[in-house]
Amino acid sequence: MAEETTPPATTGAKEVAKAKLVATDAASHPWVVSLAAGVPGAVVVSKRFAGQVTVTVAREKIVEVARHLKSQEDFGYCVDVTAVDWKERAPRFDVVYHFYSFSKNDRIRVKCGAADGEDVPSIALVFLAANWCEREVFDMFGIRFSGHPDLRRILTWDGFHGYPLRKDFPLEGIDTGAAIYPEEWPEGGGPSASDPNRKVVS
Amino acid sequence: MNDDRISQAERDEAAYFAERAAAAGVPRPLSAGDLPPAPGEPPTLFDVQEMELNFGPQHPSTHGVLRIILKVDGEKILEAIPDVGFLHRGTEKLFETETYPMGIPHTDRMDYVAAATNNHAFCLTIEKLLDVDVPRRAQLIRVILDELQRLSSHLVWLGTSGIDLGAVTPFWYAFREREQILDFFEEYCGARLTLNCMRIGGLPFDLTAGWVERLMEFIDDLPARIDDYEQLLTDNRIWKKRTVGIGVLTAAECVEYGLTGPLIRASGIEWDLRRAQPYECYDELDFAVPTRQNGDTYDRYIVRVQEMRQSVRILRQCLDRLEPGEIRGKVPRVIKPPAEEIYASIESPKGELGFYCVSNGSNRPYRMHCRPPSFINLQALPKMAKGHLISDLVALIGTIDIVLGEVDR
Repeated sequence: MAEETTPPATTGAKEVAKAKLVATDAASHPWVVSLAAGVPGAVVVSKRFAGQVTVTVAREKIVEVARHLKSQEDFGYCVDVTAVDWKERAPRFDVVYHFYSFSKNDRIRVKCGAADGEDVPSIALVFLAANWCEREVFDMFGIRFSGHPDLRRILTWDGFHGYPLRKDFPLEGIDTGAAIYPEEWPEGGGPSASDPNRKVVS
Repeated sequence: MNDDRISQAERDEAAYFAERAAAAGVPRPLSAGDLPPAPGEPPTLFDVQEMELNFGPQHPSTHGVLRIILKVDGEKILEAIPDVGFLHRGTEKLFETETYPMGIPHTDRMDYVAAATNNHAFCLTIEKLLDVDVPRRAQLIRVILDELQRLSSHLVWLGTSGIDLGAVTPFWYAFREREQILDFFEEYCGARLTLNCMRIGGLPFDLTAGWVERLMEFIDDLPARIDDYEQLLTDNRIWKKRTVGIGVLTAAECVEYGLTGPLIRASGIEWDLRRAQPYECYDELDFAVPTRQNGDTYDRYIVRVQEMRQSVRILRQCLDRLEPGEIRGKVPRVIKPPAEEIYASIESPKGELGFYCVSNGSNRPYRMHCRPPSFINLQALPKMAKGHLISDLVALIGTIDIVLGEVDR
């Protein structure tokens, strides 16, 4: 909070609100500095928005980054692992990690990019909490985590076709492998793929 | 067992039975793991038997549709593998297809015994992204709704996990009080379970006339009723035998597994998001964060009961502070947050409930992810269950306090 420029008291409430909503570069933040020194070549870019630090790191270095944050910076609690599909962007996916430090009482967000089909090293052996989260990301986005002890689908079933949280996965009308009774429900229960009225949201 | 809560009478009783068994020539205990067959001796019925067993998804003690694949040796669990996803409805995908305010009713259906806290976490995330201030009256009412929801969630937990272990009586008392809390919700927003009781920037409705007075009456009465539950369970020998020393988690294990809520507090870590990172007006309220040291099922029970007492304390303070005022902040008619990302979390009855929102500047979230406490907490079940009996598994599922709607989303 300290490095955010506080506007002078004379500015109206509106400008104060505006000033807070801008993301700033966080390269000088102590965690980012420590990360850049501890894991050379890991930090790609870093920013700070609404008091939250986001560090984008190289995909191959993610395990070292997690280890460094856990041992050197005391981020001992892996809050969450998830992903974002940017569809048109390269690399297509962002894998997003949140870590929390009890001593600092603060969180850090670490991101790494991954193209479709690229493996991301698993941090499930560094943080046990990441195990199911990575399985969920694999299930929902099809991002494979190399070195994961038990990479199976978790919320959908084995034999499910496709990855539901990808932007090109439609809400209706594809064969998800759900058709146990193909005569009655031909395509996953939704309208047929040839139906012009089917809803496709991406 | 390093526990002084086991009375001398219980020790004497155990010693007596051990003596009787030895006198009758019955080896104790009758379990294969403890008594391997001597070399050359043919294996008996109790020696080999590793068996795979499906526990659920239609088992009454799984609190929903949870399937656990058990590898058992007799009654002893060698391995427990949870299988989740039976209630997966693609909520995160649904968030992406609808505008921000339309996402709130979906959150009701995640943790369906604590809808208000889900609404709260969702709204808080968007408010943080929009940088909207919530008026003071709305903050106080939000805290009131949260704490009522915490009470009702803990009451459901108390009743159902008691009934799982054979304590049927507390169930009726707990659900009687929960019913009254649901009546308060019904009067406030018209719904009892899927509340949809918060809006981005504030609240949909103000309190109805007489609501505060009736709630005050109710919470004046509540501590005596919590005493009643405690009288039925806290010193109950059967309850203690089923819970003391079952599913022990150390503080380090809790952090490693990412456990939050009553689980981490029962293992000795005094961490509560209401205290650690106060949201709304929790920073000015006076309440304690109950902790225990042993990290077993009994301690988690104590922590939750103590939390109920603290909720009553918080409720009383909030009701005292209520003053007339605005209930909605200044929120644009069409909500289009800046193209940024944000994570915000609150202390739900089950632990840290967080939302991670990625906006692309449009009126729909580009990505909305929920960090559900039940899902992460359930990961510790295999670790807790290993080596215990199948009947203890029932206690363990109860003590994690999972809601499958939230696990599967």
